[in-house]
Amino acid sequence: MSNEQQYTFSKEELAEIEKIKAKYPDKKPPVMPVLWMAQEKFGHVEPEVQRLVAETLDLPEAHVYGVATFYTQYYKEKMGKYVLDVCTCLSCQICGGYDILHYLEEKLGIKAGETTEDGKFSIQSVECLGACGYAPMMQITNDVYCNHLTKEKVDTILDDLKKDKLPEFEQIPFPQHQNESSKS
Amino acid sequence: MSTDWKSFQPLLIPKIPNLHKIDVYEKNGGYKTLKDILTSKDHTPESVTNTVKAANLRGRGGAGFNAGLKWSFMPKPDGGPRYIAANGDESEPGTFKDRQIFEYNPHQFIEGSIIAGYAMDITAVYVYIRGEYRSWINMFQKAVDDAYAKGYLGKNICNSGFDLDMYVHSGAGAYICGEESSLMESLEGKRGYPRVKPPFPAQKGLWGRPTTINNIETLANVPLIMKNGSEWYTSIGAKTHPGPVLYGISGHVNKPGVYEYPTGMLISDLINEVCGGMRGGKKVKAVIPGGSSTPPLRGDQLDGVRMDADSLREAGSMMGTAGMVIMDEDTDMVDVLWRISHFYHHESCGQCTPCRDGTGFLEKTLIKIKNGEGETRDLDLLLDLCTQIEGRTICALADAAAWPVRYTITRFREDFEKRVKKSAFALA
Ligand SMILES: Cc1cc2nc3c(=O)[nH]c(=O)nc-3n(C[C@H](O)[C@H](O)[C@H](O)COP(=O)(O)O)c2cc1C
Ligand code: SF4
Ligand code: FES
Repeated sequence: MSNEQQYTFSKEELAEIEKIKAKYPDKKPPVMPVLWMAQEKFGHVEPEVQRLVAETLDLPEAHVYGVATFYTQYYKEKMGKYVLDVCTCLSCQICGGYDILHYLEEKLGIKAGETTEDGKFSIQSVECLGACGYAPMMQITNDVYCNHLTKEKVDTILDDLKKDKLPEFEQIPFPQHQNESSKS
Repeated sequence: MSTDWKSFQPLLIPKIPNLHKIDVYEKNGGYKTLKDILTSKDHTPESVTNTVKAANLRGRGGAGFNAGLKWSFMPKPDGGPRYIAANGDESEPGTFKDRQIFEYNPHQFIEGSIIAGYAMDITAVYVYIRGEYRSWINMFQKAVDDAYAKGYLGKNICNSGFDLDMYVHSGAGAYICGEESSLMESLEGKRGYPRVKPPFPAQKGLWGRPTTINNIETLANVPLIMKNGSEWYTSIGAKTHPGPVLYGISGHVNKPGVYEYPTGMLISDLINEVCGGMRGGKKVKAVIPGGSSTPPLRGDQLDGVRMDADSLREAGSMMGTAGMVIMDEDTDMVDVLWRISHFYHHESCGQCTPCRDGTGFLEKTLIKIKNGEGETRDLDLLLDLCTQIEGRTICALADAAAWPVRYTITRFREDFEKRVKKSAFALA
């Protein structure tokens, strides 16, 4: 195998892309969903991946580059297997978001914006993730939300991730529904 | 306020287990209103628009514009495609309500969108959801698939001859894409640069065609109005800003979370009764009523202030998204304001100089003050900068960045004075 990884979409993925194209009246709009598909598959959208997306959609590479670099969730370079996006924005800030960030930095021996040497973890300090009432919180690799974080909860999550066990989706019941049911 | 909030039963997220499942939603009367509208002669697109207009349903995405009135701006159908872009970008710090609809009651939003689609002769609804909400995007896609399977979306809906498609589009991390013209650019597969207005979306929206943008919660209100009438709706909550609303409450209260109550709730009731008071029995120092861009109110300014457009304007703020951030007496407003400014600087798309450079300058100056290296004249400089930023840009992000600076400094000046050295000369 050569060092240069060949990036391609499978037949099934190409069929999926045809379905995505059918949702829009123009050929540009699939660029975001297809970048998402590519990132899902390859873990990032480095220039080579952007080229694949451009070729698949018959768009100029420069256009795909422009889009990929505008949106923060597309990884323009290789990231750790688990990207820990710690919210430090307004509500999380005042509820200890930075404490969680610094605790993670200390535990993993890296700073926000860096990746551990073994390639397992990256940490990022991010803007509001729309979970302000459940602060402090973080998201793992653009997917699972971990709410109401404490140092103990962070310990458990890290131990699990080291064993490649992702936290499950945490349903937070609507408090009004709960209160009423506990009263009646 | 005509509704007693203590006996209020949630309407946007009713207490019905598994309501997100389509058969449960149908069993509880769901999609019946839609069927009635599509199949009875009593309803026309105009009559639906007029009912929503009369209900004074005000947009829940931030600006509070009358939804029916907005719909009436759509030009007469010309046989070509027309769109709704439903705004589920939900990225304004402090806001976390729309995703409750995706999780707990997606079909009410879908039904509302189809009714809106009928009223405006829409061909397709694009639902733009922020990319971080992957779990909720998946949940919502399932609801859309189920609605298609039951014939509520697609061709010939409920045998009425009306066709409508609904597509889910995921963002990828950019607050600016919540601004309506940026959202359309993003949907068109481009960088999310806001457009110069006019032309307005109703004239020239998605792919140059007539488009209406509404917030998710706004559209979820529509079935309620069409089922119960505009008079019923206007009897809920504040007279000039009626209806149920999802209050997303975060910060230093004992029970933060999303609560559904009528508009016009006293802020003090929301803090003390609904959210169980302040953590550790502390005093309220500041309340941001509707997302980070709305001016903060002082804890001693809250007497009688209600969560509706009029009451909040009088108090010196805005309803915004009703994403309330409650801060206790130990909060350092310098730190808070710096973090807010960091957000807007980070999220500026960079098209306009007053915004791109202005937000950077705001943040830089606040870092200086935070580090104890500021002077009193820096405070005046910040206020002056706000004046130079406000109203001079393509979109309202720049205003959203300036307001918190202006009002945090003027209302919490003592926090700032403590951190800065006295200037030998004040700024003229
Ligand atoms: C910078 C900026 C960000 C915005 N973000 C959102 C958002 O995340 N969600 C939203 O519904 N509206 C957002 N808006 C308001 C939209 O532009 C638009 O007014 C709204 O979606 C219209 O829906 P409504 O009338 O139903 O409220 C934003 C506006 C600006 C200027
Ligand atoms: S005001 Fe800011 S965010 Fe809006 S278009 Fe101008 S630079 Fe972009
Ligand atoms: S501020 Fe952290 S999720 Fe909103």
